[in-house]
Amino acid sequence: MATIATVPAPGYGSALMNAIRSFALLRESLVGMAGTALVIFWAVLAIGAPLFAPCDPNATLQAFAKPGTPIPIADACWTDTFVLGADNIGRDVLSRIIWGARTVLTWAPIAAICAYAVGIVLGLAAGYYRGWIDDVLSGVSNIILAFPVLVLYILIIATFGASPLNIVFAVTFATGPLVMRIVRGLVLDLRNREYVSAAETRGENAWRIMLVEILPNARGPLIVDGCLRLGYVIITIGVLGFLGLGLPPPDPDWGGMINETRQMALAFPHMTVFPCIAISTLILGFNLMADGLREISLRD
Amino acid sequence: MLIFILKRFGQMLLIMLIVSVLLFLLLEINVESVAVKVLGQYSTQEQRELWLQQNGYYDPIYERYGRWLWGFVTGDLGESVRFKKPINDFMWDRLWNTAVLGFWAMAFIIPLALVLGILSGMREGSYLDRTISVTSIITTSIPEFASAPLLAAIFVFGLGWLPGTSSMIGGFDWKQLVLPVAVLVIYDFGYVARMTRASMAEVMTTHYIRTAVLKGLPYRSVILKHALRNALIAPFTVIMLQIPWLLSGVIVVEFFFAYKGFGALLLEASLNQDILLIEAASMVAVFVVVATQTLSDIGYTYLNPRIRFT
Repeated sequence: MATIATVPAPGYGSALMNAIRSFALLRESLVGMAGTALVIFWAVLAIGAPLFAPCDPNATLQAFAKPGTPIPIADACWTDTFVLGADNIGRDVLSRIIWGARTVLTWAPIAAICAYAVGIVLGLAAGYYRGWIDDVLSGVSNIILAFPVLVLYILIIATFGASPLNIVFAVTFATGPLVMRIVRGLVLDLRNREYVSAAETRGENAWRIMLVEILPNARGPLIVDGCLRLGYVIITIGVLGFLGLGLPPPDPDWGGMINETRQMALAFPHMTVFPCIAISTLILGFNLMADGLREISLRD
Repeated sequence: MLIFILKRFGQMLLIMLIVSVLLFLLLEINVESVAVKVLGQYSTQEQRELWLQQNGYYDPIYERYGRWLWGFVTGDLGESVRFKKPINDFMWDRLWNTAVLGFWAMAFIIPLALVLGILSGMREGSYLDRTISVTSIITTSIPEFASAPLLAAIFVFGLGWLPGTSSMIGGFDWKQLVLPVAVLVIYDFGYVARMTRASMAEVMTTHYIRTAVLKGLPYRSVILKHALRNALIAPFTVIMLQIPWLLSGVIVVEFFFAYKGFGALLLEASLNQDILLIEAASMVAVFVVVATQTLSDIGYTYLNPRIRFT
């Protein structure tokens, strides 16, 4: 008995290591590398926002300034020209994009992680216990998925108000069931494996079996889906900002920037075009990364 | 097969019913806030109570729900607070406008996605496949609210070829439909193409295709007669599921181009807390989603004999 107990079971630590290792494999895929580079680029800008942003993102300096116009107020920024121009009420577009990266790269991962945590726990329970637990959970997820996604977001945000936490809640509520479906499918397949039977024979706790034996073996598809999902969450936060339901102003948010300035796009396209490019490249980064990871996981 | 279809329709009705209960509870459980939303923030307490009394809001909640549901089933959707007229008078026109937009979007998405998906799945890993795959990833990475201003900047402000709003005030005009449709197509065709590619690539690795190639059939007929039939089953489901996606996808497009469609209506209803309109529009949206899911399930079973006969 004692010898069995001392066999090192695959623990949480090794699952993390494996996840890191599969990300390291990305260097074999050109597409994946390009995606990672884009994501790292925005992540670095987001983390170092106070260093990279030339101005205070909420300071009003000179409205309607095109890219390359000198900044009228001396010492307001550490550059003397608007590199990407100023927006409709005179805030530096470049600084707002950089600070906006921080906003989106804070809330999108938090929302995606919450959705994943809920989806994984429910999916494990549904797939492992089956029976009535599965029936109830699948029924509830079918009801939530009966709403067109954006309708659900708008209903939640319009009812409970726009705040970062409500956005996280809305994303978790709307995306959790999707994640649950994927996890459930994977678990239904994996739970018949021998190592699960072995763990059951050893008398291990059901949740330990789910989290330590089953979940690490389902990581491949989940990591790929996670990258794609993160892209969708970024789109969602952007859409909500664009529709005026996003993070409250004045703090920069790419979707909100596009909405606030689109009326000016006729005369000053730079105000709208640069945030569009910013959000598209970030989403592209995650999508390319997911594609690279998928390519690698199919190869072996 | 008949039992299966009846069962699916039963499930569909059940989901609709549960959704209606949830919507009703979410929006109307607190009668005080209903009165505020209808009469405005500056109404007095007496006015609110009088209004609630007159409209039967002090009845037990199940009676109110029953009344609302009965009205819904018999086609009486009530009156919109925002538009000050019966919902039936304008909601169906809006839905029709969105259907026109969605029809044209699908008319471009389906052929484009299928052709590109089949071409790239036919020879997996080829130069063509890689080009198509990367292109479709790039186009799906541009969200609608980004591609709409970009396209508008080019074709409306830059070249001046197309109008920037699609409100259709002077009657139907195809020029006003070009940009909204283009935005939807750009965002969505890549996803369908990639799904088609995956399905095609999988079929190409099967034994019966290898046999067909090895016995010397021309490549054309291997693809057209043998591979396509099986490769197009999965994309059928994917395409059916794009219809509910379109319903939420159009919200952004209609908002940006001021197109008078169903998505814009739903957004306006939610932002203005127009309760009866939110309920009616959401129920219609949910109906479309559940109905397409049911149809795609039935169609899938019909197309795929391996599922039909087990």
